[in-house]
Amino acid sequence: MDEDAGSMERIFNCGAGAIVTKSIGLEPREGYPNPTVIELEHGILNAMGLPNPGIGEFGDELKKLKKSKIPIIGSIFGANSKEFVELAKKMQSYGADALELNMSCPHAKGYGLEIGSDTELVRKITSKVKEATEIPVFVKISPNLMNIADIAKSAEKGNADGIVAINTVKAMKIDLELKMPVLANKIGGYSGKAIKPIGVRCVYDIYKNVNIPVIGVGGITTGEDALEYIMAGASAIQIGSAIYYRNLDAFKKICDEIEIWMRDHGYKNISELVGVAHT
Amino acid sequence: MNYPKVTKMIEGKKENSDVKTLLFEYPEKTHSGQFFMIWIPGVDEIPMSVSYITKNVKGITFRKVGDATKALFNLKEGDKIGIRGPYGNGFKFNGKKILFVGGGTGIAMMVSAVEQATKKNISATVILGAKSKKELFFEDRIKKCGAEVHITTDDGSQGHKGFATDLAEKLISKNKYDLVLTCGPEIMMKKLFEICGNIPFQASLERYMKCGIGICGQCTVGKGLRVCEEGPVFDGKTLKNIEDFGVFKRDAAGRKIRF
Ligand SMILES: Cc1cc2nc3c(=O)[nH]c(=O)nc-3n(C[C@H](O)[C@H](O)[C@H](O)COP(=O)(O)OP(=O)(O)OC[C@H]3O[C@@H](n4cnc5c(N)ncnc54)[C@H](O)[C@@H]3O)c2cc1C
Ligand SMILES: Cc1cc2nc3c(=O)[nH]c(=O)nc-3n(C[C@H](O)[C@H](O)[C@H](O)COP(=O)(O)O)c2cc1C
Ligand code: FES
Repeated sequence: MDEDAGSMERIFNCGAGAIVTKSIGLEPREGYPNPTVIELEHGILNAMGLPNPGIGEFGDELKKLKKSKIPIIGSIFGANSKEFVELAKKMQSYGADALELNMSCPHAKGYGLEIGSDTELVRKITSKVKEATEIPVFVKISPNLMNIADIAKSAEKGNADGIVAINTVKAMKIDLELKMPVLANKIGGYSGKAIKPIGVRCVYDIYKNVNIPVIGVGGITTGEDALEYIMAGASAIQIGSAIYYRNLDAFKKICDEIEIWMRDHGYKNISELVGVAHT
Repeated sequence: MNYPKVTKMIEGKKENSDVKTLLFEYPEKTHSGQFFMIWIPGVDEIPMSVSYITKNVKGITFRKVGDATKALFNLKEGDKIGIRGPYGNGFKFNGKKILFVGGGTGIAMMVSAVEQATKKNISATVILGAKSKKELFFEDRIKKCGAEVHITTDDGSQGHKGFATDLAEKLISKNKYDLVLTCGPEIMMKKLFEICGNIPFQASLERYMKCGIGICGQCTVGKGLRVCEEGPVFDGKTLKNIEDFGVFKRDAAGRKIRF
């Protein structure tokens, strides 16, 4: 969700502490043809193809939201540092409280992962965006990499304020009856329960290698899942597919479950738990 | 699981030159007003309301408007399509005397609603509105279930000349209905909503859909209501707070398009 003001407001009212917008680019994009999303046994496979109305029209949605004081993290994707900088400045001027640079979408040609696998490019884009803006900048990185810790370090060198991990895992589903991939784009990104152990490992590795906060995402469906990420080193978490598994109550339920666990285990402050799995 | 079930089309029936009904084996329990995501392999996956409901066989009825509906139109018996669903909430028949207003292609899903309602001994009055006689369909199916049927055409080629809403206004002023149900062009539904005043009201909305299961955010209206999940049927109380209703929809990129 999170492509329009109404949806972002609704999710916030369901208990989210902040909202990450859909990834927004310079020009409107319709995304890939359907099928774009299917459910598999243990997760969700999607190839949306970065649909978005373009930063200009998206600005109207954000301006509408500004009155409501909802913390907004504006997610952006560009093909090069120039595009990222232009998008970042616009997001900031529309009132975003922080930025998330999408360098990890696994299925969009010329964007996302194609940029986010190059350490030098990641450093350069991050530092250019940092120079051009005043709000915190997070870099979202992909699990589909051998050098995930190096990419995180490059973002840190570019002065990123935090690392977000992970985006979806590159995947495919073939239908036996039709003997063809189900997604129109053939290749998609896997999210939901199945990818949680992959995300936890990535966050663990990144936390060990950088000195900036890590935001954990990938398959978090329960408070216990969130705590696992926190123990691996995440200072905050994001929730996507759990909206499907637990509907919009997911936010409140996960927060409640974290609190109950902490109470049962004698913790008062969640920061005591960040990265404890490393000792 | 929300994965397309691949099935063979078992029967196709032309309703008029541009409208066709396809039947397929699909035993999932389905209520009128709900919809399926229909996958035409190699072409597209599109939302389609249920128009025919029996225990084992379900049907869809659609107008040929673009690539996907043309491909469906040309489907041969035995050809394979993928189906997931049913999705959405469907109509709720609260009342003993219901007015149904179907406009254009909206007639397609209205007919299964009238059939379900009359089976429950609800007194059904139905207005079918179309541009002209040759765009009408399902008149016979609706008459067969014992409903009182009125036809309106913009050009007067059949039934009353004028809009469905004009006739609805007349009927409402003379009769007391417990509920008004509608599906059709959104401008028509908005007008009807205004005419209905305090009469309980339900309208089925159409928005561009991708996932159909409430996660992609493509189909939202108002304050984040997902047409695929909390809709497609919304009641009057909810519609009052949906500022988009009758004003704009969004295209595949999320851009606003005014009606
Ligand atoms: C819940 C719901 C139920 C529907 N039920 C019926 C029905 O019973 N009978 C019927 O004839 N039509 C129905 N429609 C409309 C139908 O989905 C579109 O006519 C169809 O998708 C057109 O596809 P196309 O490729 O032939 O045309 P295109 O040329 O691709 O598009 C023509 C029009 O259809 C719309 N459309 C295209 N793709 C989608 C999509 N994925 N989701 C929503 N709209 C789309 C476009 O916005 C455009 O206005 C329903 C739509 C929704 C949302
Ligand atoms: C339908 C869908 C759309 C997504 N769109 C975006 C996007 O626009 N930008 C982005 O950075 N990640 C996007 N993601 C990835 C999620 O933000 C998240 O990284 C991933 O789904 C793993 O988390 P989860 O298991 O909680 O969903 C999308 C995921 C899904 C399922
Ligand atoms: S179509 Fe994806 S949320 Fe409704």
